[in-house]
Amino acid sequence: MAAGERTWQRPTVFGRRELKWAVYAAVLAFFAWSTWGLGIDPNRIVQGFGRGLTLLGDFFPPQATPQQAQRILEKMIESVAMAMVSTVTGIALSLPIAFMAAENLSPRPLYYLNRGFISVSRAFNAIIIAIIAVKAVGLGPLAGIITITFKTVGFFSKLLAEDLEDIDMGSVDAVRSTGASPLQTLVYSVVPQIIPRFAGLSVYRWDINIRTSTIVGIVGAGGIGSVLLTAFNRYSYGYVSAILLAIIAVVLVAEGVSALVRRRYQ
Amino acid sequence: MAAEKGWERFDRRRQLGRFVGGLVALMVVVASWRFLDLGVTNPGTIPREINDLLTRMYPPDLAYTPEIVGPLIETIHIAVLGTVAALVMAIPVALLAAENTTPNRTTYWLGKLIVTTSRSVNTIIWALIFVVVFGAGPLAGTVAIAFRSVGFLGKLLGEEIEEIEFGQVEAVTAAGASSVQVLLYGILPQVKPALVGLAVYRWDINVRDSTVLGFVGAGGIGVELFRGVNSFAWQSVAMVLLAILAVVILSEGISAYTRAKVR
Repeated sequence: MAAGERTWQRPTVFGRRELKWAVYAAVLAFFAWSTWGLGIDPNRIVQGFGRGLTLLGDFFPPQATPQQAQRILEKMIESVAMAMVSTVTGIALSLPIAFMAAENLSPRPLYYLNRGFISVSRAFNAIIIAIIAVKAVGLGPLAGIITITFKTVGFFSKLLAEDLEDIDMGSVDAVRSTGASPLQTLVYSVVPQIIPRFAGLSVYRWDINIRTSTIVGIVGAGGIGSVLLTAFNRYSYGYVSAILLAIIAVVLVAEGVSALVRRRYQ
Repeated sequence: MAAEKGWERFDRRRQLGRFVGGLVALMVVVASWRFLDLGVTNPGTIPREINDLLTRMYPPDLAYTPEIVGPLIETIHIAVLGTVAALVMAIPVALLAAENTTPNRTTYWLGKLIVTTSRSVNTIIWALIFVVVFGAGPLAGTVAIAFRSVGFLGKLLGEEIEEIEFGQVEAVTAAGASSVQVLLYGILPQVKPALVGLAVYRWDINVRDSTVLGFVGAGGIGVELFRGVNSFAWQSVAMVLLAILAVVILSEGISAYTRAKVR
């Protein structure tokens, strides 16, 4: 009987089996194109391994003269200070943008305008923004603060707007029906619903900002990054690894603090 | 009378705690501001300076487009290959960093160490390191992207593995499967959707990250961008920025579509 010969086949998300193989083939072809397009030379990889081992040897032990250690400390404080200030400025700027980018609270044209701004802010890497900021306002932490503030606004408004879209409109209607003005409606029905998320997001973004503030210095926007780039350019790899360890330590502490605060708040 | 006592949301101790917490945060921010000593005597000039720069960028130099197509494709290649390499490395790392598949405590902490190191060092710093190792060019960028992504993929994939149903693994083991077979038939099918979703998500992030690799000489569109910035060719810079924006939004769309499919 024919039915006996039929075997079971797993269903696929693609709908048709031919389509599945076509997609797999296309993805593999793209990988092949990428490998060929970058022209990666196996010789160079083999040579690189040797040089990588030498470099790893140069990294150990991490070393810094007292003067260098002082410089790491100074610039690290600058990084952290940049992150602190720009978290506050960034969140302050995010608030109106988030309200205007929430579909349920904002008129259409304003909604699209603010969503567009958020996309632009999220699309560009911090380094690109930093380069432009350095050209606009000169070297130093001000450029870093502008960069991190700009990146914070994109991230924070997007997530806050999503939370605003999820709020219970029933309580908004309730407050409005008692005759509250639009501002009062906002303060007494919308804000209380998002406060816990707001606190969690702020700390989370602060953590990311600490990370960002350690690298924008590479393009001259203040913080520890500039020290790192100088050390690399002078081939003093012991110093480089000391700086890297300092960065990793600060990042881990910030991550720990952020995780702790978020767990207690939510 | 008791009715005169107003309602308060927090008791005295929590109120005090919140007040002190807020005060400390405020003090830290004020201290940071003063420490930075920005020397902004006239804050009104900042918007003007930025506005000035934006004016010089307009209109974008459309004639520059043919020159940036090549580097743009290279950027995507770096992101794709970096993600593939990261995925290959991340699977063993994830197995080590997941509590239910790791052989013993030492390997567990080894997995965690790899994940933490990879995640704490930014892509641009990895790129600085690999430019020294492999010389300038897209190879260094690809390896930098891969090293940065291993931690991300290893961590999230490890968390997925920790949540699999272990009964299936035991069933496959009971059927007499070798450890490779257990991996292929007991574990992999359970995490496959997450694997695809995470890889596509990371690829999307990597497209954005690889746009700046050029700054340290690690290939991609960044090279053109920084050449434009350094020669003050602001209209070309604007064109490059527009191209990056288009590619990033496109890849975000592809990534969101694929993740919706596999979820």
